[in-house]
Amino acid sequence: MESNKHFVLGIYDDEDVLLSAVTKVRESGVKIHEVYSPFPVHGLDEALGYKRTRLPIAAFLFGLLGTTLALTMQIWMLGYDWPMIIGGKDYVALPAFIPVTFELTVLLSALGMVGTFMVISDLKPYKKPRLMDIRITDDKHVMAIDLAKNALAKEKIREIVGGTGATEVNDKNFEE
Amino acid sequence: MTEERFSFTSGAKKTLIITGIIGVVLLILGVILTSGSDHGHGGEHHALNEATENLLASATPPQEAAVEHAAQNEHAEEGGHHESPIWLKRIFANLWVNNVYFTGLAIIGLFFVAIQYAAQAGWSAGMKRIPLAMAHWLPIAALLMIASWFVVKADVFHWTHSNLYGEGGDEILQHKSPFFYWPLEAGSFPLFYFLRMVIFFVLWYMFFIWIKREMLAEDIDADVKHWYQARKYSAIFLVVFAVTSSVSAWDWVMSVDPHWFSTMFGWYVFASWWVTGLAVITLIVVVLKENGYLKIVNANHLHDIGKFIFGFSIFWTYIWFSQFLLIYYANIPEETVYFIERLDAEQYKWVFFLNLLLNFFLPFLLLMTRDAKRHMALLKLVCPIVIAGHWFDFYLMITPGVMKQDGGFGFIEIGMLMIFGVAFLFVTLSSLTKAPLFAKNHPMLKESLHHHI
Repeated sequence: MESNKHFVLGIYDDEDVLLSAVTKVRESGVKIHEVYSPFPVHGLDEALGYKRTRLPIAAFLFGLLGTTLALTMQIWMLGYDWPMIIGGKDYVALPAFIPVTFELTVLLSALGMVGTFMVISDLKPYKKPRLMDIRITDDKHVMAIDLAKNALAKEKIREIVGGTGATEVNDKNFEE
Repeated sequence: MTEERFSFTSGAKKTLIITGIIGVVLLILGVILTSGSDHGHGGEHHALNEATENLLASATPPQEAAVEHAAQNEHAEEGGHHESPIWLKRIFANLWVNNVYFTGLAIIGLFFVAIQYAAQAGWSAGMKRIPLAMAHWLPIAALLMIASWFVVKADVFHWTHSNLYGEGGDEILQHKSPFFYWPLEAGSFPLFYFLRMVIFFVLWYMFFIWIKREMLAEDIDADVKHWYQARKYSAIFLVVFAVTSSVSAWDWVMSVDPHWFSTMFGWYVFASWWVTGLAVITLIVVVLKENGYLKIVNANHLHDIGKFIFGFSIFWTYIWFSQFLLIYYANIPEETVYFIERLDAEQYKWVFFLNLLLNFFLPFLLLMTRDAKRHMALLKLVCPIVIAGHWFDFYLMITPGVMKQDGGFGFIEIGMLMIFGVAFLFVTLSSLTKAPLFAKNHPMLKESLHHHI
């Protein structure tokens, strides 16, 4: 399936200008697709109105899964399937199971979190990245506005972005 | 930035004094109740003590064991003469628990400040005066601890009994005696031990004075040299503290069970002190904020210190469990005796599990989310849990070793804790009034204001 994506890009060379631009653009009713910057800009998430990620919930649940798996595995193996006396302890010697339980909790929590992150961020191995502007890897901040998500005309959006201190306003099309 | 000063209102003082009086009343009530039900300890045979002795005896070769056992029995008979009645012994044990606990809070105040300087941390610039105020307890802690050591030593520290040394004495303690008595003869005055106690307090107090001097200078002149000077003292203090905190843990806490040892113990006591100190700092900051002070401390700073409490609660659990698991798994009698003493006795078993609940499960689950660390209401719930939990931790380190099966938890313990707590808060809060709540010339105050996580 082929679909074309059309973006208007505002290029900024200062993060303070960028921050106030993001606020202004959003106030004028334009939805911002994404802002790309070469380094983390404090307060950008708030300015863009991003909701907090729910990744920690996934991490917690994966961790819980790890705990449950580890305990079930050890209790079943050493308690029921093949009971063994080790060091004169009970078959089910809980303190001895804790290190393995801890490790599996951490492992599943970490792997699950990374996996969830890749899925929700659409980071597939064969994914071709959309590079808005090569200078975001160097010294420019780029605000990308998806025309399909905005009802306003392209010229109007270009005008709004241009009035916020952008050094350049460019068009960018992707054919995918 | 304008200066901000804390005023210790007469209302707050009154509340503290009333709490202190309630503490005294509870203590007296506890003494009356305990001495009333004192069933004597000379005639009855202590099953637990005997079990402990048997365990110890079985670890030594048979011929030695027989001699040692005889010696211990002999000692137990003699024991009746110099041992205090149960209620008094319980007060002594508690006095020591609170001495160690509150000394820890004071020194952790200084340690927190030192860590901030040494790490060149900016986020905490607005709240460093609170831990500094806590450290003002140090000289009082020193006097209390040294004075009460002479009072409680015969009951709390078994190794101080002179009849353990020499012919037919306690083999294990004879080997350990230079650690206490050097350069004097074993069984005389424990000079090395005593000097360590004095030197540790002197060292801590000196660094407290030096760091405090530089911190208070930041109120007056804007020269950044005070910050550099404070960082230098802090770095040296951290090295000193690394050694002294471990050795003081052996001296003041581990030597209560003189036959037993654990190589984790220094870390264990430090972890307990540190997380309690963090909880007290946070609680004071939160209460101050609720009363309209410390506007410059916001949710971002609370988040950071909340992470500290969360992280070090887990750290404490890690240390606690490392010590427990090794002893449990190796199953060597002279090591397991420590946990048998605590787990096989009805009066300590619940404390043992409560300890884990209060110091691991509750802080771990309650402080896990980001919001929990940023909201004062939840911090106000978790901090008292941690503070109480670690008091129980110290109670569990010291009391079973001193009281054996005669111990308990009741009005004596609650009353004593209230008295010490009130005294500590009184000193902390009144020294907080003596300087502005934050240094307006701190070179990192601006960074702290813009702190954002």
